[in-house]
Amino acid sequence: MPTTTISNDAARELHRMTRRSFATGAIAAVAGTASLWWIKRAAPDDGISWPLRKVMEFNARLSETTFNPSRLAPTFDVAQAQEPRVNGMIGLKKELDVRRWHLDVLSSGEKPVVERSLPINAIHELPRFEMVNEFKCVEGWSEIVQWAGCRLSDFIVKYGRDTPFVGITTPDRAYYVGLDRASAVHSQSLLAYEMNGQPLTPGHGAPLRLVCPLKYGVKSIKRIGAIQFTNKRPADFWAERGYDWYLGH
Amino acid sequence: MSRIEHKHSRPIRWMHWFNVVLLSGMIWSGLLIYWANGVYRIQIGQRVLLHLFPDAFYNALGLTSRLAEGMAWHFTLMWGFALNGLAYVGYTLISGEWRHLVPNRNSFREAWQVLLNDLYLSRVDLPKRKFKGAQQFAYTGVILMGGSSLLTGLAIFKPVQFGWLTWLLGGYERARFEHFALTVGYVLFLLVHITQVIRAGWNNFRAMVCGYELIEEISVTK
Repeated sequence: MPTTTISNDAARELHRMTRRSFATGAIAAVAGTASLWWIKRAAPDDGISWPLRKVMEFNARLSETTFNPSRLAPTFDVAQAQEPRVNGMIGLKKELDVRRWHLDVLSSGEKPVVERSLPINAIHELPRFEMVNEFKCVEGWSEIVQWAGCRLSDFIVKYGRDTPFVGITTPDRAYYVGLDRASAVHSQSLLAYEMNGQPLTPGHGAPLRLVCPLKYGVKSIKRIGAIQFTNKRPADFWAERGYDWYLGH
Repeated sequence: MSRIEHKHSRPIRWMHWFNVVLLSGMIWSGLLIYWANGVYRIQIGQRVLLHLFPDAFYNALGLTSRLAEGMAWHFTLMWGFALNGLAYVGYTLISGEWRHLVPNRNSFREAWQVLLNDLYLSRVDLPKRKFKGAQQFAYTGVILMGGSSLLTGLAIFKPVQFGWLTWLLGGYERARFEHFALTVGYVLFLLVHITQVIRAGWNNFRAMVCGYELIEEISVTK
């Protein structure tokens, strides 16, 4: 019967190397697990561990510095438009009297005052713009929708200021979003008053909502009550709950 | 007498094990994201054979209502996954190791033979080489899948700035499906890979840890 010599030099040498490598591997595994555990358990910064928040902000800065405003969200034929789902009622809970609605333009700073109060006609008078594009939800679904409204950039020229950020809230201040300047003045960022050829319904943000196809849908705030042009990054409802502030496409 | 033979270089071993952690992390955080819109299913006509995934699956693994966390991890670990993958490809190219890994003109026939052998349908002795034909296809294929995951991922992460890429992949919805299908592909790869590693035994597994294999040269002497 053939026998192999286990106790020869080669086997001994391999045994030694195996031990050493497994020891290194064990140390690396412990160090790796400890690092991941530390990241997971680190103090939260707006609802997510701060090291993860830092990486999200790094990703956002990278997106902002490489941002090319001439790239457009793809557009579709109007025949492809669907009725989008209603996926969030934060800030829409109270009954709204559309006749008494107005859009407040707030002064910048910590304690803003209403500088202007605009009726819906002020928006309707701005050049009308239509687009059909994908409304992309942060959850992962997307729906093709037709929108009509004025460009946020036209609104800014007429009623706003050229600041690094724009903050927008619902009339009850329950929902709020922040936009960086480049996304706000992008040619596809709309203050929309029509969806799929009809005036906006309450569930979709009547009488005026934002539609920003450069961002996930959570940024496209419904039922706008107030808008602020500011140098300080505005608060953002979902960014305070662990999501990226930028959320740009 | 037995001798030891060098099999896997140090960088390959480190990158392999890094990738175990990174790919697991990407699949796990990907599931946290996918849960929020888990729409894919396997169906014939109107008959749904398997919903990807049933609630019991998410509940058992604690994957529900963790979208923000999943996105944060996914968009953090993606850097490690991409850099480790690029380093691996770069290393195999520069070191010449790619010659062992990329299938050549004999690989097809050999891969077929490996499949028949493994299914106990034939018994043919295969040439002793570092990687068999079937392994060459599997390992080269999984690297291509890694690259595809980066591309489909970028297409759904930045569908406006990289709109041309999203368009090439068939649009936002399709790119998302492709990204998901690749992940299913990794899971299938891992099932086969782990089975084969178990079948090959300790000597083979150890080589991915310490780099060397024990070659037993049996002398039959009576």
